[in-house]
Amino acid sequence: MIAAHSICSPLDRIDGPLKVTGAAKYAAEYPVENLAHVFVVQSTIAKGRVAAIDAAQARALAGVVAVLTHETAPRIEDCDDAALRVLQSDAVAYHGQIVAAVVAETPEVALQAAGLVAVTYEEQPHHVELRVDDPGLYKPEKVNAGFATDTLTGDPDAALAAAEITHDTTYTTPHYHNNPLEPHATIAAWSDDGVTLHDANQGPHGIRDDVAKAFGLEPERVRVISPYVGGGFGSKAFTHPHVILAVMAAKVAGRPAKLALTRQQMFALVGYRTPTIQRLRLAARRDGMLTAIVHEVVEQTSTIEEFAEQTAVPTRMMYAAPNRRTSHRLARLDLPTPTIMRAPGETPGMYALESAMDEMALKCNLDPVEFRIRNEPQTDPDTGLPFSSRGLVACLREGARRFGWEERDPYQRVERRHGRWYVGTGVAASTYPTRRRASQALARVDHDGNYTVLIDASDIGTGTWTALTQIAADALDVPLERVRIEIGDSALPRAPIAGGSMGIASWGTAVCDAAEKLRTRLRDEHGGAIPADGLEAHGEAGDNPEAKRFSMHAYGAQFAEVHVDADTGEVRVPRLLGIFAVGRVVNAKTGRSQLLGGMTMGLSMALHEETVLDPHFGYFATHDLAEYHVAVNADVGSIEVAWIDEDDPHINPMGAKGIGEIGMTGTAAAIANAVHHATGIRIRDLPITLDKLLER
Amino acid sequence: MTPFRYERAQDAGSAVATLAGAPSGAFLGGGTNLVDLMKLGVATPDLLVDVARLPYDRIEVLADGGVRIGAAVRNSELAADRTIRTRYPVLAQALLSGASGQLRNLATTGGNLLQRTRCVYFQDTSKPCNKRMPGSGCPAREGYHRSLAILGASDACIATHPSDMAVALAALDAVVRVQGPQGERAIALTDFHRLPGTEPQRDTVLAHGELITAVDLPPLAFGARSAYRKVRDRASYAFALVSVAAALDLADDVVRDVRLALGGVAHKPWRALRAEEVLRGAPATEESFRRAAEAELAQAKPLAQNAFKVPLARNTIVRTLLDLAERAR
Ligand SMILES: Cc1cc2nc3c(=O)[nH]c(=O)nc-3n(C[C@H](O)[C@H](O)[C@H](O)COP(=O)(O)OP(=O)(O)OC[C@H]3O[C@@H](n4cnc5c(N)ncnc54)[C@H](O)[C@@H]3O)c2cc1C
Ligand code: SF4
Repeated sequence: MIAAHSICSPLDRIDGPLKVTGAAKYAAEYPVENLAHVFVVQSTIAKGRVAAIDAAQARALAGVVAVLTHETAPRIEDCDDAALRVLQSDAVAYHGQIVAAVVAETPEVALQAAGLVAVTYEEQPHHVELRVDDPGLYKPEKVNAGFATDTLTGDPDAALAAAEITHDTTYTTPHYHNNPLEPHATIAAWSDDGVTLHDANQGPHGIRDDVAKAFGLEPERVRVISPYVGGGFGSKAFTHPHVILAVMAAKVAGRPAKLALTRQQMFALVGYRTPTIQRLRLAARRDGMLTAIVHEVVEQTSTIEEFAEQTAVPTRMMYAAPNRRTSHRLARLDLPTPTIMRAPGETPGMYALESAMDEMALKCNLDPVEFRIRNEPQTDPDTGLPFSSRGLVACLREGARRFGWEERDPYQRVERRHGRWYVGTGVAASTYPTRRRASQALARVDHDGNYTVLIDASDIGTGTWTALTQIAADALDVPLERVRIEIGDSALPRAPIAGGSMGIASWGTAVCDAAEKLRTRLRDEHGGAIPADGLEAHGEAGDNPEAKRFSMHAYGAQFAEVHVDADTGEVRVPRLLGIFAVGRVVNAKTGRSQLLGGMTMGLSMALHEETVLDPHFGYFATHDLAEYHVAVNADVGSIEVAWIDEDDPHINPMGAKGIGEIGMTGTAAAIANAVHHATGIRIRDLPITLDKLLER
Repeated sequence: MTPFRYERAQDAGSAVATLAGAPSGAFLGGGTNLVDLMKLGVATPDLLVDVARLPYDRIEVLADGGVRIGAAVRNSELAADRTIRTRYPVLAQALLSGASGQLRNLATTGGNLLQRTRCVYFQDTSKPCNKRMPGSGCPAREGYHRSLAILGASDACIATHPSDMAVALAALDAVVRVQGPQGERAIALTDFHRLPGTEPQRDTVLAHGELITAVDLPPLAFGARSAYRKVRDRASYAFALVSVAAALDLADDVVRDVRLALGGVAHKPWRALRAEEVLRGAPATEESFRRAAEAELAQAKPLAQNAFKVPLARNTIVRTLLDLAERAR
């Protein structure tokens, strides 16, 4: 592991001044000359085909450059993701699909003309409701991130049948939309060399590859530039149809084109989190030792592309039990394809598992903290591998101490009323896998001893600019002021997306390697003196070989205090505490922000977030931020975040586990468990809205 | 969105005259609702007559002790006004519970009264909606109606009026002053908004070209003992599921007089006259507050998703009156 000089300190964001002064440009803000503007027309049916498009009025409007439809749009090569075949056929697979686009001189004209495009449809009956008894449920080959679809150890059914205490309940979560602050936008400009994109994404290289493939170009002829990105939460990880359309529009117009999605359009076009129906069955002996854990998930994908959220995966290694089973089944619905959203899998999965653990603790007459500790596994129950480090028990104990858990009255709603509020507390565990991907990096030094590290990493508001500079400084063993990084550009060395909490682990490993090689070259080839025209070295990080020997995860424990209004059922969360075991935290300030933000998003999931599906029209009826509620400041009370010391030499040279997502896992369960403690009402379908708690 | 002309009105007379000659034109206040609806294609005026800068930006105390609020007074200003805060706290609280600080800085008194429903189908031009397109149908009844009406709805429309301010004004017996092509008139706030009936496209009794110039608050001796309680899906920045505006006058623990209005439950701010009747002369107890609430809500016709609003409204009425009674003691 690298020595911590720069890392671990709470360094202010390097890009902070640029952002607060507006100097940091986001995708839609690049001044590009002779720019044309694109506005999309979306399908108003969920399934069928476009029968006719009358674009005469739109084309006749002054300022309209072109109207693209499936009849007029240029053909593109086959794309890996069927959703990217924009305007290539008359088929409509979901409400909100792009069925036409206007290219115009100004955004206003584009918007007006889009309203003049008359589309008629041949509608077919649609199927949009997720049900456990959907006859079309199927078993995907793998679930997201390459995990096995099903797992089985021992004989859980026999264990359940024989158990002294059992628990069998179903938990559901609704559709969620990622809703990053910055709406998706792309500016595309063709030149003789190829095409250049200013794009809001979580990884330029992936966008580059998809665009190259769609337009039959060598990847080097596509350049994607994205140094500053205003959040993504997964919705900017992969290429979405508007990116392809922007490139197509620029080609047709013969000039640069900009496509900026509206918030409303984002609800159909950039992904969302699948709803889940999760059946949890637990079996235990009277002493509270689990004998079986069964987690069966039903969730959805679209008819055009498979996305299978890995919802039951955390259940595979959280707690010990000799008999265990997990499974995932998918329904193919006439809706947009779901995508990753902050902690895919762990977020809905841990809500169900940690709710069930709370229910089971009660049945076993055990404190929920104690119940979890009692079922702590010695090795990974799924793979049998030892843990590289596992801080769950330490987090639970430290959290309980800080939260004042011992004073907790274990009983539900024994007139713990403060005025009009019922008061309760709850706990849940957090977890997220610790992984990394292959990455490259280039380290350079000039004659004056100024270092530059180049890597196509992404900063989506997470702090990469700062944390990666700190890592580079320590890896090069030079003061921070000597180091500058360049990120967010596909012309830089290839690096994986900001996703899966793998960014810093992957990029940092490659940066450490490049730094190490540069230092070696300087020492071995130049006797430690910097040559006149500088020196550079390529670094590379592969998959972590230790991953075959160890089970690697980050853990945490979250504690919640909730108040429930006795008259109205309104829920307030005055206090959240999260204690995490995440290895070394590269930047104590931006790292804390990640955990804090994750917990806030978990609170938002617990109490507010839900995209309402209208089954009749087959669309998301709530599709703006007035209707899709995200927690506001007033919903967030005190959130305390801390981490315990954890040295894990197996994961990466920084000893850092990913922290982008773990903060969100378990929060909803902690709050739901606290609501039960306060009211005696167990909410098994999120969000916990007041109508579910109101005494009729 | 369609192109439109923009004119800044110099005075009320010319504003009214301009709009009288523009059947597809509209007045523009703060624009926080109208401009959104224009972007969505729900409103397509070809002319905007900006009335936010007309000299109706004052809050005046009238000779009879009442207060006149200019139509162009911003929501934030009105909420901060000392007279309003001391004599009509229910109004200040209602305003502060609405929207966000930024929106309240723009929103005008006139525009707030005329904001349109938040029904999701109304806001989406790809869907039928009797209010937006008369005769096209009401998908909300079978579809998403969790936030919609339990009182006074019709087969044609179950929308709710979203304003918080208007609920307080309904409780305070406010009067809307209007100037139109035919001259001036005054309309009781409770008669200003309509029930949907068979014409849900008409939110209010206002005719095209009529300009709101002011809202008058009559004096209310016990107005200082008033409160607004808004129940919603998050702690701030959400429309009311149910809200209660109340003013209570007690004598020896008996209700001498009361004003009660509900928000989030109907196509208009709902003045709870039946409840008021039950309350007058009744002892100020939880029992009579509950009886009054139930009398009012007996007429409720909830649907599957909004049935919770009936007990929610009942509980919120009872709690608000109990709190006011507590303060009176
Ligand atoms: C995200 C969001 C959340 C909100 N939350 C709430 C909430 O919780 N509670 C709440 O009460 N409100 C809420 N609002 C609504 C807000 O209060 C209204 O948009 C605002 O009050 C409208 O006032 P305005 O001056 O901007 O009206 P405008 O948008 O300018 O106009 C609205 C209508 O009034 C007409 N008009 C304006 N002035 C006059 C006049 N003098 N005479 C005749 N006609 C006139 C216009 O032609 C138009 O039809 C919210 C709005 C948004 C966008
Ligand atoms: S409730 Fe009213 S506004 Fe909503 S869809 Fe029905 S008619 Fe339209």
